[in-house]
Amino acid sequence: MSEIREKVDVCVVGAGHAGCEAALACARLGMETVIFTVSVDSIALMPCNPNIGGSSKGHLVREIDALGGEMGKVIDKTFIQSKMLNRSKGPAVHSLRAQADKAEYSRAMRKVLENQEYLTIKQSEVVELLAEDLSAQEGQYVKKITGVKTYTGSVYEAKAVILCTGTYLKARCLCGEAITYTGPNGLQAANYLTDSLVSLGVEMRRFKTGTPARMDKRSIDFDKMEEQLGDETVVPFSFSTNPDDVQIDQVSCWLTYTNEKTHDIIRANLDRSPIYAGIIEGTGPRYCPSIEDKVVKFADKERHQVFIEPEGLHTNEMYVGGMSSSLPEDVQLSMYRTVPGLEHCKIVKNAYAIEYDCINPEQLYPTLEFKRILGLFSGGQFNGSSGYEEAAAQGLIAGINASLFIQEKEQIVLDRSQAYIGVLIDDLVTKENFEPYRMMTSRAEYRLLLRQDNADLRLRKIGFEVGLVSKIEMDEMLAKKYMTEKEIERLKNTFVGAAKEYQDFLISQGSSPLKTSATLAELMCRPELSYESLAAIDKERKWLPDNVIEQVNIEIKYEGYISRQLKQVEQYKKMEKKKIPVDIDYDAIGSLRLEARQKLKKMKPVSVGQASRISGVSPADISVLLVYLREQ
Amino acid sequence: MRTDTIAAIATAVSDSGIGIIRVSGDGAIENIDKIYRSKSEKKRLTDVRSHTIHYGFIYDGEELIDEVMVLVMKAPNTYTKEDTVEIDCHGGILVMRKILETVIKNGCRLAEAGEFTKRAFLNGRIDLSKAEAIMDLIHSKNEFALKASVQQLKGSVSDKVKSLRGDILYEIAFIESALDDPEHISLDGYCEKLEQMALSVKKDLGKLIDTADNGKLLKDGIHTVIVGKPNVGKSSLLNLIVGEEKAIVTSVAGTTRDALEEYVKLNGIGLNIIDTAGIRDTKDEVERIGVERARTYANNADLIIYVVDASRKLDENDREIVKLISDKKVIVLLNKTDLDQVVSDSELMTLVSEINHLRIIKTSTKENIGIDEFENVIKEMFFGGSIVVNDEIYITSERHKEALLEAYESMDLVLKSLADDMPEDFYSIDLMSAYAALGRIIGEEVGEDVVNEIFSKFCMGK
Repeated sequence: MSEIREKVDVCVVGAGHAGCEAALACARLGMETVIFTVSVDSIALMPCNPNIGGSSKGHLVREIDALGGEMGKVIDKTFIQSKMLNRSKGPAVHSLRAQADKAEYSRAMRKVLENQEYLTIKQSEVVELLAEDLSAQEGQYVKKITGVKTYTGSVYEAKAVILCTGTYLKARCLCGEAITYTGPNGLQAANYLTDSLVSLGVEMRRFKTGTPARMDKRSIDFDKMEEQLGDETVVPFSFSTNPDDVQIDQVSCWLTYTNEKTHDIIRANLDRSPIYAGIIEGTGPRYCPSIEDKVVKFADKERHQVFIEPEGLHTNEMYVGGMSSSLPEDVQLSMYRTVPGLEHCKIVKNAYAIEYDCINPEQLYPTLEFKRILGLFSGGQFNGSSGYEEAAAQGLIAGINASLFIQEKEQIVLDRSQAYIGVLIDDLVTKENFEPYRMMTSRAEYRLLLRQDNADLRLRKIGFEVGLVSKIEMDEMLAKKYMTEKEIERLKNTFVGAAKEYQDFLISQGSSPLKTSATLAELMCRPELSYESLAAIDKERKWLPDNVIEQVNIEIKYEGYISRQLKQVEQYKKMEKKKIPVDIDYDAIGSLRLEARQKLKKMKPVSVGQASRISGVSPADISVLLVYLREQ
Repeated sequence: MRTDTIAAIATAVSDSGIGIIRVSGDGAIENIDKIYRSKSEKKRLTDVRSHTIHYGFIYDGEELIDEVMVLVMKAPNTYTKEDTVEIDCHGGILVMRKILETVIKNGCRLAEAGEFTKRAFLNGRIDLSKAEAIMDLIHSKNEFALKASVQQLKGSVSDKVKSLRGDILYEIAFIESALDDPEHISLDGYCEKLEQMALSVKKDLGKLIDTADNGKLLKDGIHTVIVGKPNVGKSSLLNLIVGEEKAIVTSVAGTTRDALEEYVKLNGIGLNIIDTAGIRDTKDEVERIGVERARTYANNADLIIYVVDASRKLDENDREIVKLISDKKVIVLLNKTDLDQVVSDSELMTLVSEINHLRIIKTSTKENIGIDEFENVIKEMFFGGSIVVNDEIYITSERHKEALLEAYESMDLVLKSLADDMPEDFYSIDLMSAYAALGRIIGEEVGEDVVNEIFSKFCMGK
């Protein structure tokens, strides 16, 4: 039988949010890249909520952008409402969230892919990974990836493969008793690749997630709901987007609530829920529970919020946030209709739960390469995460590292003090994880340093060195940095005395008068004063861009807290720098406890720092390991 | 790479003749130089040759702590292969403790169990063949230290620590869930609630610190009450200890009509000394109130100093006093021994035979006789015996105290952030530090606690 054989550099399997970033990164770094998708219409599909960003996820998008990824740029072009969440709280937890026009988002991303040099889109299901045994074991690697094979029999030889299969592997959707063997949104599932992975020795697991119903806008009574407006002034996601370009007319979202009637219906029909009836095997996420879960687990709550969000400008479909469910269609309808404003609702798409195969990400290095298979990388929900932003972040890193691997350059690993992306990947590959992983702000120990406003200062340079960030973008960051540093220095060295003019000013601001002279920076630290309010007594001040003023304010006002975190980071980095050789023999270390030995053998941490975060490895084990390493 | 500098008491922590505090690390010599003064005050430890010994004094700021010999040994020919300084001091527990505290204040940190040995290893001081055996040792030491520290805590204390941690964790999780899901969980009006909670946790931590071995005594001083008949020399004694004329001293009986309180430090031990009106049967109303108060003070005291005038006959009043103080720790000072002694030893012994914890010292406040002995006796009564344990346990309890104090300070910072109107996410930073510090006491790490608590206690969105 004759077959098509092609030679490329990289094959990316899946064109969701991870696959798109991975493929773009590879192609932009000069790799001949093919991206496979079961349907080109599903490129950058948003099968669940119609937003990008949100608490800590907004940080991820900013970081992706700073590194030269695409997500931020595309959402800036296709959002229909935007909000900075947590604005009343500290700068570290400000987070952008935009409502996307789903169809437009998908189309815009597809356009970027289609016009990217070195990138080919291929509608085809990958059914097999091609790999060969290594003649001599290199570190932990036992196999080397050589390419992929499609359902139609074509072979693509590749130097690296990136798996971004999302929720498609052996997917099945559940809506009460009705079960369909499809991927999200009725799309074709990928039923063969799992077997190929298992035969390569990859450990699989099964996760579950869910999505609420979509309703016809015309059937909803918005008068019974509270209107949720976007911000008056929109802040773009991308550091490269001109803020003037995102001041658009925004659409509204709507807030309503469930009530006891809703909960009664759910309780009465729990036996028909696939989860409670035990039909679902996969583990679901605790952070986005189905409405059944909420009613059962938080039985004392009288009501739950329901957000009605538009899916786009050119569709009447509305997303019913907060009420995902896998109850049967008839229960769903009567349940939704108890909610004020939804009494006469018409459901366009039923809520459903979806189960899919993914991997235990402990099998990956922090570079997102498989520990045992040279040249095989993976990202996104396939790695056991959840969310578009988490997926895109991993896709980008996997794409960058696959390219660096081919170029035989050192791959990048962001650490926990550099980026939320670092926290995300470190958590995935290090900590035991039994549910789809979602980014949360509480997972970042050093979040005062990892702000969305300074993602460019933290990561642009890395993106530039890799080759995904342009010289202009890099220079913009350097200018911001320079101006910020200069201004802080000036404020720290500009003294104001106890002259009447200053005292009057302070009193007028509700601040206490000075006893001795103070610097402007010291005054800024007072809660009631800020950079802006000091303008009246700051005579030498020159005009500065808003993003510089923002940095100056934060860096000075929170200096004490920031420097405390920097000290913690120093301690943390010491342990991260102590590398563990890949060929270490844990059996040769006599004093390790059995549990620690097993965990270390399984996880193969790259540094002592990573080893210390593995559950089941105690501080005493780390001492033993340190001693052993020093003796080698 | 620059290593941090560690310090520990290297000898047994007991009242022995000589104690050694060992310091190791890149900053060892310069840190000790900050607190060392030679006799001429000209010598700098940073200038001296390696492996030399130097006479001088250790100062905490301007306060003289002890007369010492300091041994300076530069890397690599030391036990740890790092710069090492040993301070040979007097062997009292409090002196050693005080020097260790000063050393730590000046840039060192308390060594962990077995850490000197560990460093000796890491720096290749001990050869490969010994490696495994000593690794086992380190291992078991760590395990032991942890177990010891957990056991050492009384059940009630460790329960209390756990319950405080639980309270703190709940608040962290609440704040964090609101940050992660601001549209579902609101922090409106939360500050008042948190303030109440922070105050109460801080108060409880304060109490725990007070109960940590001699924490209360070390922190607040020993509540000492001087009692005795009028004009036996109580006020003179106080003045002698305090070093200034505070109490009115005359030879008219009943001069001190109310109690006087004074805080003094004797060799690092704090004493809260209350001088009371002389106790006697009296008709004078003002004096009678003073006597009543003396009884109350005596009841609440940690230590009673009972002053007896050796030159006057014992009488009914003395027997009354002894009744009052028989269940206390008592030091009897047979004062005025410079005068003719009319109280015989056997008379005195008969009088005080009911007192359980008793020491008798002959003094003359006028001639300054017996005061040194008096100071030593206080040390023995409060810090002798009970504190003499092996160094591992000493360190762990020191660590507990350190951890409790850290948690206490973190709660203070939470309150400060609240007072400064900082945004809510800043509260959880210090709550987290308090949570982690308390975790060290019971040997628990933070791990996924917060995330798990968020999901189990708060209903998140979507």
